[in-house]
Amino acid sequence: MPVTVSMTVNGKEVSGEVEPRTLLVQFIRENLRLTGTHVGCDTSQCGACVVHINGTSVKSCTQLAVQCEGADVSTIESLATDGELHPMQEAFRQNHGLQCGFCTPGMVMSAVDLVKENPNPTEQEIREWLEGNICRCTGYHNIVKSIKAGAETMRG
Amino acid sequence: MTSEGIGASVRRKEDYRFLTGNGNYLDDISRSGQAYASFVRSPHAHAKIGGIDTSSAESAPGVIAVFTGQDLADDGIGPLICGWLIKSKDGEDHKAPAHPALAVDTVRYVGDAVAIVIADSLEQAKDGAEQVNVDYQELPAVALAGDAMQDGAPQVHDDAPGNVCYDWEIGEKDDTDAAFAAAAHVTTMEIVNNRLIPNAVEPRAAIGEYDPGSEGFTLYTTSQNPHVARLVLSAFNQVAPEHKLRVVAPDVGGGFGSKIFIYAEETVCLWASRKVNRPVKWTAARSESFQSDAHGRDHVTKAELALDADGKFTGLRVNTIANMGAYLSTFATCVPSYLYATLLAGQYTTPAIYCDVQAVFTHTTPVDAYRGAGRPEATFVIERLVEQAAKELGTDPAELRRKNMIAADAFPYQTPVIQQYDCGDYPRALDEALSRADYAGFAQRKADSESRGKKRGIGFSSYIEACGIAPSAAVGALGGGVGLWESGHLRFNPTGSVTIFTGSHAHGQGHETTFAQIVASRLGVPVDNVEVVHGDTDKVLFGMGTYGSRSAAVGGSALCKAADKIIDKGRKIAAHILEASEDDIEFADGNFTVAGTDKTMSIGEVAFAAYVPHNYPEDLEPGLNESAFYDPLNFSFPAGTHICEVEVDPDTGTVEIMNYTAIDDFGTVINPMIVEGQVHGGVAQGVGQALLEGCVYDGSGQLVTGSFMDYTMPRADSVPSIDVGMTEVPSPLNPLGVKGCGEAGAIAAPAATINAVVDALWDMGVRDVPMPATASNVWQTIKSAAQAAE
Repeated sequence: MPVTVSMTVNGKEVSGEVEPRTLLVQFIRENLRLTGTHVGCDTSQCGACVVHINGTSVKSCTQLAVQCEGADVSTIESLATDGELHPMQEAFRQNHGLQCGFCTPGMVMSAVDLVKENPNPTEQEIREWLEGNICRCTGYHNIVKSIKAGAETMRG
Repeated sequence: MTSEGIGASVRRKEDYRFLTGNGNYLDDISRSGQAYASFVRSPHAHAKIGGIDTSSAESAPGVIAVFTGQDLADDGIGPLICGWLIKSKDGEDHKAPAHPALAVDTVRYVGDAVAIVIADSLEQAKDGAEQVNVDYQELPAVALAGDAMQDGAPQVHDDAPGNVCYDWEIGEKDDTDAAFAAAAHVTTMEIVNNRLIPNAVEPRAAIGEYDPGSEGFTLYTTSQNPHVARLVLSAFNQVAPEHKLRVVAPDVGGGFGSKIFIYAEETVCLWASRKVNRPVKWTAARSESFQSDAHGRDHVTKAELALDADGKFTGLRVNTIANMGAYLSTFATCVPSYLYATLLAGQYTTPAIYCDVQAVFTHTTPVDAYRGAGRPEATFVIERLVEQAAKELGTDPAELRRKNMIAADAFPYQTPVIQQYDCGDYPRALDEALSRADYAGFAQRKADSESRGKKRGIGFSSYIEACGIAPSAAVGALGGGVGLWESGHLRFNPTGSVTIFTGSHAHGQGHETTFAQIVASRLGVPVDNVEVVHGDTDKVLFGMGTYGSRSAAVGGSALCKAADKIIDKGRKIAAHILEASEDDIEFADGNFTVAGTDKTMSIGEVAFAAYVPHNYPEDLEPGLNESAFYDPLNFSFPAGTHICEVEVDPDTGTVEIMNYTAIDDFGTVINPMIVEGQVHGGVAQGVGQALLEGCVYDGSGQLVTGSFMDYTMPRADSVPSIDVGMTEVPSPLNPLGVKGCGEAGAIAAPAATINAVVDALWDMGVRDVPMPATASNVWQTIKSAAQAAE
């Protein structure tokens, strides 16, 4: 039986009809057609679907859409403003922190949340924070470098 | 070098769209009216199909159609093919049992697809698939390569007796046996190269679409080689005529080989789209990826190295059993033969080499090329043997390698196993690696570790690989069923910008940037004015795609050839307009100039004149649009030395990588930032194989490691930072001097890492450690060594 769900996504109030079993990531991708949030697994391991819910990074495959009734959700599409990359996005570009790009939205959303919690993370802290995000291309070397650089810019 | 020419770390053109969520991956595509597919897969490794009852699925809500293998057969849709013919020792062709896209009467691995359910929504398709009742009559299964040829082993195919696909050999057996008979020392090892699951983070996906108006098909697919997919789907699977089939591979989220192959799912979705007259979309759940993406490696090997009294290698004798899985995937047969045993000379002057390989069928997912494909297995055999020999002889492993390395002035170098290496300087890479890794300071660091109760080890891997598989005629002579050239097409637009159409396909490699750099530097135009188009058979002339680190060496060289044609034509146009002889026109930095004068015009002005040919040579076609096919003269041979340093906790078996140094010769480097990134990623996969990853089947053929919960992927906190350096020895065989960089890390790292772990534990009596060297495996190895000593 479809139910109606309403929330704020990237600053816009949205609502849609979903089955109760619909995951937040499905709602974002299929109902809202915001396809920057990716699905890389079915066990909440890969982190390609990380978004922010009420300002905190969450794997959007771990939430039902109906659980997010009234929530404030931000996806990768909200980070750049007027075509200008967010400092973390720019750091990934400058430091070759992405290759195929599939895990990248989740990595960036996760990294932005890390820096909010810990403005000056060490390499070890970055590596530990990223344990919920899988990348098969980069070996993480340049992702870690990107996040260090992004954190520095975000600190100002 | 300019700020954006060859050798410059130009930031990638593709990154903006990936970073802002604007990539266009397969699952992001929605076609009007699309239906969704779910596959019914075998839960058994081996079973007879007594019957398939689709009636309740067909009447389930939203279900449009259910098809089985019989429906495919009734429409004449051919089995999946393997495109490389291997001849056994007795001259017989390899055994190629039929591989139906949907199993008809027998299932042969967990995940073998039996039926497709197509519905209005994905949920309805999945619910419908649950309603398909298959009467499985379970049979015994064999999963391990080493068990497949045993007496009484369950048979996978009636037409492959003893489960043998082929029994192949290379090299001179008698010469090699003679070398062993005369050897002063022989090192012998049993080596298992663990089975891996590729796990590109984007799962495979496909949308088949039929247009009744044009009677044309379109397949959107996660492919590394869309033109090859089109060729196979039309010529062999008979799904659609080649000229009526468009294959689009958009942004693809990693491949590592697993997206080369032509799989059941895209074949069936394409065919079904016409049956249901709607686009049919399928996206693999990760659990399906684990079961249905072609796996990698899985060798069981006995290897022996013969040395003379001076420590020179005199012979190498190798026997390998290679697991093919239940069916032959698209290029499966060439991986443990021509991509493996032809590299067994490594970097060394070993004069006599013999290898025989038994490829066997088992009740497991098909095995095919995975990053490195045969070359990691070869490197692991050689570099484990060499390290072990050094230890047995009490020699410094670096020095034993140096003593046996092919000298820098010995190229081109003919090995005893077909390959002729183009160029290289192996001792230089070794020296550079020793210096960067501070080998001289290792003893001190080891002592420091000991003082903390830890065991420290250092391991080397002096690898070689063969990239840009070629030339076509030679590949054909060895059984390859395809040409291995690449196409490049350059179109100057009238306003002076350039569009590149390449048959290579990028799925993380950054071709949109590096190929733009190649063309921009050749034609003297800004990188920003060059756009790269790839991955669409309706746009790109033709292509063989991207695998085997071939894109720069083959695809890039095709672009150079096309660029040179552009310059030749531009010279004619400029000569006419500047009223000079063609011979007097010089081209440099994007300008055609009459030699010795200031009369000049830019290539952009020439392009404009070519499309607005008012003042133009009479006998010249308008337009500035050239294409080229490039067939390489030979493979290229990247090589280098990697050094891994580990610390092992002897109480827990935990291995920590302390330093990792990679010194590689990739020939000319186009974009160092991108090349270093390729090394990082490759090393992580190689370290993953060495320490973390291992595909496990149980005795009944169940896939035990079927999710990210069970199969250990390298994560940010489990792989090291990597020190990357390069010794550039340009290849003389292609116009760019490039060799290929995509696979080196995955080839070199397993041996370097395991050698380091064994070195750390050698004085505890440990002589070998299995991959993956998990804490559990290492701990048990330590305990076994201790028990053996008692």
